[in-house]
Amino acid sequence: MSYKSPLEDFQRRIQISLWFVIFCLFVLFLRFFWLQVIKHTKYSTASENNRIAIITNPASRGLIYDRNGIVIAQNYPSYSLEITPAGIDMPIENLLDSLNELILIPNKDRQQFLKGLPTAKKTESIAIRNFLSDEEIARFLSQRFRYPGVEVQVRYFRDYPYKSLASHLLGYTGKVSVKDRETLAAEFEENSDDFTTEEARALRVKGIQYMGKIGIEQSYEKHLRGLPGFNQVEITAGGRVVRNLSSTPSTPGNDLTLAVDIKLQYIIEQLYGNRRGAAVVIEPATGDVLAFVSMPTFNPNSFTDGIDADLWKKLNDSPEKPLFNRPLRGTYPPGSTYKPFMALAALEGHFRTPTQGINDPGFFKFGNNVFRDDAKGGHGFVDMRTSIAMSCDTYYYMLAKDMGVNAMHNFMKPLGFGQLTGIDINGEVRGILPSTDWKKSYYKDPAKGKWIEGETISLGIGQGYNSFTILQLAQATAILANKGIVMKPHLVKNIEDPISHEKILTVPSESARLQLKQENLDVITQGMIDVNRIGTGRVPFDGVQYTVAGKTGTAQVFSLGSKDYNAMNVTEFKRDHALYIAFAPAENPKYAIALVVENAGFGASSAAPITRQALDYLMLKVWPSGVPEWKNAH
Amino acid sequence: MEKRTLIYRLSFLWNGFDPTLALILFGLVVVGSITFLSASSGTVISWVEQARNVSMACGILWITSRIPPKWLEKISLWVYLIGIALLLGVASFGLIKKGARRWLNIGIVIQPSEVMKIAMPMMLAWYFQKREGFIKQWDFLVALLFLILPTVLIARQPDLGTAILVFAAGLYVIILAGLPWKFILPFLILGLLGICLIVIFGDSICAKGVSWPILQSYQQHRICTLLDPSSDPLGKGFHTLQSMIAIGSGGFMGKGWMQGTQTHLEFIPEKHTDFIFAVYSEEFGLIGNIILLILFFLLIKRGLQIAASAPNLFTRLLGGSVTLIFFTYAFVNMAMVSGMLPVVGVPLPFISYGGTALVTLGLGAGILMSIHRHRRLVQT
Repeated sequence: MSYKSPLEDFQRRIQISLWFVIFCLFVLFLRFFWLQVIKHTKYSTASENNRIAIITNPASRGLIYDRNGIVIAQNYPSYSLEITPAGIDMPIENLLDSLNELILIPNKDRQQFLKGLPTAKKTESIAIRNFLSDEEIARFLSQRFRYPGVEVQVRYFRDYPYKSLASHLLGYTGKVSVKDRETLAAEFEENSDDFTTEEARALRVKGIQYMGKIGIEQSYEKHLRGLPGFNQVEITAGGRVVRNLSSTPSTPGNDLTLAVDIKLQYIIEQLYGNRRGAAVVIEPATGDVLAFVSMPTFNPNSFTDGIDADLWKKLNDSPEKPLFNRPLRGTYPPGSTYKPFMALAALEGHFRTPTQGINDPGFFKFGNNVFRDDAKGGHGFVDMRTSIAMSCDTYYYMLAKDMGVNAMHNFMKPLGFGQLTGIDINGEVRGILPSTDWKKSYYKDPAKGKWIEGETISLGIGQGYNSFTILQLAQATAILANKGIVMKPHLVKNIEDPISHEKILTVPSESARLQLKQENLDVITQGMIDVNRIGTGRVPFDGVQYTVAGKTGTAQVFSLGSKDYNAMNVTEFKRDHALYIAFAPAENPKYAIALVVENAGFGASSAAPITRQALDYLMLKVWPSGVPEWKNAH
Repeated sequence: MEKRTLIYRLSFLWNGFDPTLALILFGLVVVGSITFLSASSGTVISWVEQARNVSMACGILWITSRIPPKWLEKISLWVYLIGIALLLGVASFGLIKKGARRWLNIGIVIQPSEVMKIAMPMMLAWYFQKREGFIKQWDFLVALLFLILPTVLIARQPDLGTAILVFAAGLYVIILAGLPWKFILPFLILGLLGICLIVIFGDSICAKGVSWPILQSYQQHRICTLLDPSSDPLGKGFHTLQSMIAIGSGGFMGKGWMQGTQTHLEFIPEKHTDFIFAVYSEEFGLIGNIILLILFFLLIKRGLQIAASAPNLFTRLLGGSVTLIFFTYAFVNMAMVSGMLPVVGVPLPFISYGGTALVTLGLGAGILMSIHRHRRLVQT
């Protein structure tokens, strides 16, 4: 090699570098030529077939069982007709018209589909019709080649096999609304540990198509829902899945086992027949709600895929208010069912002794007002036990006057009257447990808000301002039966992970313990046993084979003043409500019950027989004669 | 006459600018912007941000072109030492993102390895300038040590892509400085042999349970998926496969601007940044690719010309190295996107979206401009 100056050497090296660059760029050119010219057909086909889609993978919603393992809410597969906008080869309107010739697409579905179309992802399939029949599927499949981008897919729907049975406690699921989505997104963001990216969160939200709107379905939504997964799939131009690229599996929701005995629920609902009302059965020792009846009921299956407007209007406009959750939200004056609690208040507060009695003239005069007793001419000599058994109003008018409104309020409050029980579904109302403070805050005008002495009198017989839910009445009865131990009522007994079978018990927790004297409780219990033995409940409880403590009640729907009340003269919706409370067996109560039959008149004639038959079923396993067999319940 | 005076007065703005180089860069930025619009349609990344990045890069280019190379020479050692200090800082208390410790919080979050891409060739060019006239073989060894230290620090972050680029930048200086061919050729032959061996015995060395020396398992994985993209169609292989489909389906003429299905159906990963070439290639076809290759060729050619006519050893080595780094970026990126090289994070110069890369590139182009501008002023 001849000597070169450093500069010459450098320039030579630059020259070599340039040739090296040319060589490399030429290699690149060859590579591009290979891919874009020689292999063009192969890659062109690949790109034609190449469509990616994210398919959300809905989580299966948790099942709901009754306390004996009977499934009362489940999911069932149904075929839906779905369109992938990216895959279709004709204008959407024409496609819908053409499809309509094969499968009827109601205008409502069509409008809904077109409304959602602009915001939907083009590569994601959207349902146009749900619940295809076998015939419809067959008709479409034979013509499928004409419709690229249209597919039949399986979707899962919520199903309540017993239809309207227990509808108020179960509630229903419905389509997720725009607002729900926002709530869900916020909720997922809060627990963002679980979902790393915003995209993943959005996909999860998208995967939730139905959610609980009311009842247990709503209050246990987070448990029932599970977590949707998603699959990233490669699909053809026509929308058919070629292969799975990645998949994030869904997590099924947790199953619920209710405290409710669905057969008991069925019997009570059947016993109501066409009558309206509410009934709650509680196991005093645990707070398990064995039955939670609201009549009339509705069919929650109607809501699963969006209720149609006509039915919705019909349900809402009905004077019977079938959508109204009566035991939870309906408030009634307790009527004479309040008397055992009043009697207990008298004993505990030393206002009366058990043997202390009155002579009942059939009315009580306070100022210029006359408060009447049901029995014209009165009950004669009445002690505490008799006052309960015979439901003597005069006894309690006097007691109320002696106690005063605030003493009554202070005793009744721990029993849960006018208080939220904290049951595990949403929407519970408080009702009214009157006191001077309550009235002051209720009326803005201080003149109106002043307590009038005369208002105290009718409180003693569960009338006046008193207004409680049947749930509260049942809870108070359960507390009485449980000797003062307050157990929070609950509809759900345990929550179970369907994969690990790990159970979370909604543990019955003692929320309070009232200091009640056993001898006082015994007096009340004896009075209530007498109700069904010799008192107002003796006819419906004739020949009963277990001890049962009860109390009848009649709640005035509106005040009739001092006029005689004649049930037949009053239009049905203004007639009195019939109430009944009971617990059995009296000495060691396993069941506490409270119920109302709306506008049914005297408590003993309609509410007590339902109680009798429900208790016969619970205590003796006797299926009531008028109730169709369980196997017909579907 | 007044007009001429105004132009004359303003002429300092572009005085000494190399019009050829400026025109080529402009062409590349135009290609990049057009492709960017297609890649970003329907996403949240706004073109305003890209415009801001490009303007910023232009600003840096302009400022750098005003700096006399003599000054660059003076600060070279310090820039290098600061770079090393920052890299050591990263190694001891850097921020960890996505499993790599690459960032340092010094009030603002910076990535010191990026600094090294320019600091490395400056340092070595400075060293050879110092030793000009007395360069012995052991000087190359010393230069190699200067080079190895930051390379190892970066590779350990781990950031193999940047480590390779920094190493290459330094290596170009060493080779251009006159590293004897007897040292270059054996490595070249060994390298070629290694590539052939990997390709031939790909199946057995990529079999399960085989782990390679030096490389991390994810790097081994990348090389193996390169050899057979279908071995991992869901992971790294998926990206390569999809970008190959994009390029291949573009054909001779391309699918047309905004018409790339691979791009618009979200098959292309990182379609604004590292994989933007797939977007371009799908929409503009082989014709477009030839235009791009020519643009890059012209860029390199012009850069090497500038280096060749540079006034002293420092500017010659720096100019040559910076130019070859541009080439390395472009080659590695296009080869990676077309499935010839494993996927490493290397952007396509002047085309990929991203502030950091544009800053580095603007700096590099500015240095070239400055060398060109001062070619006669500092003539020795």
